[in-house]
Amino acid sequence: MVPLTWYLVVAAVLFCIGVFGALARRNAVAVLMSIELMLNAVNINLVAFWRYLEPDKIVGQAFAAFVFIVAAAGTAVGLALIISVYRSRDTVDMENVDLMKW
Amino acid sequence: MTTLQVMFILLGSITLAGGLYTVTARNLFHGALGLIVALAGVAALYALLEASFLAAAQVAIYIGAIAIMIIFAVMLTRGVMGAYPVKDLWSLAVSSIGTVLLLAVLLVTLFRFNWPQTTPAAVPADSIAQLGKALVDPNLYVLPFEVASVLLVAALIGSAYIARDKK
Repeated sequence: MVPLTWYLVVAAVLFCIGVFGALARRNAVAVLMSIELMLNAVNINLVAFWRYLEPDKIVGQAFAAFVFIVAAAGTAVGLALIISVYRSRDTVDMENVDLMKW
Repeated sequence: MTTLQVMFILLGSITLAGGLYTVTARNLFHGALGLIVALAGVAALYALLEASFLAAAQVAIYIGAIAIMIIFAVMLTRGVMGAYPVKDLWSLAVSSIGTVLLLAVLLVTLFRFNWPQTTPAAVPADSIAQLGKALVDPNLYVLPFEVASVLLVAALIGSAYIARDKK
């Protein structure tokens, strides 16, 4: 059996890759992709804890399923916003989207 | 080292390589393909964890819907960013240092905690049926489940409204 720690290490590294992408990339679509990576890392944790600590209770899987739903809704709205910004300002650069910045 | 462990190392490194390529690729379209590799690797990890429903849902929702949507967005907004997908060197350095610090904190915490070492109990044979029942059980998750469907409808209408051509 694979030790629980291995899953947690993979999830932690994947989360940090996502954090780096969200901080370092300028393209809004790239930032959205990094956020997907972070959500996936969290889901690995949830499922791994379900499998190793409480396989009889279904809560870990149910929570991961809700993360799926929220991620899908978030991506749909995020991409719509990006396309809308691209239409009105001709850019998807995070640095140039400062309409709501004082 | 057992076969399972070898498979885990293989799948884990594929996942992480895909993720790393996603955030470092200069061409955003290639990055989106790397994201698909990472998502497929996560689906395989779910299968290793015996969460078969989530593995199938990961393929259907993430690879089938979200990744395709992202590729559409990449193509609709292509050619506007030029050849510099990252910020200037200063913010690149700051975000690298921040990320490495976060990773160090996570790993140190993770290895200092005393995780249970025993082999976990077997997954019940009807775990998918249990999940389905739990999602519509009034004592468990029926309220979040219904709220999630309202959220999906709201996101659908909202994104169609936001992205429409306003002329």
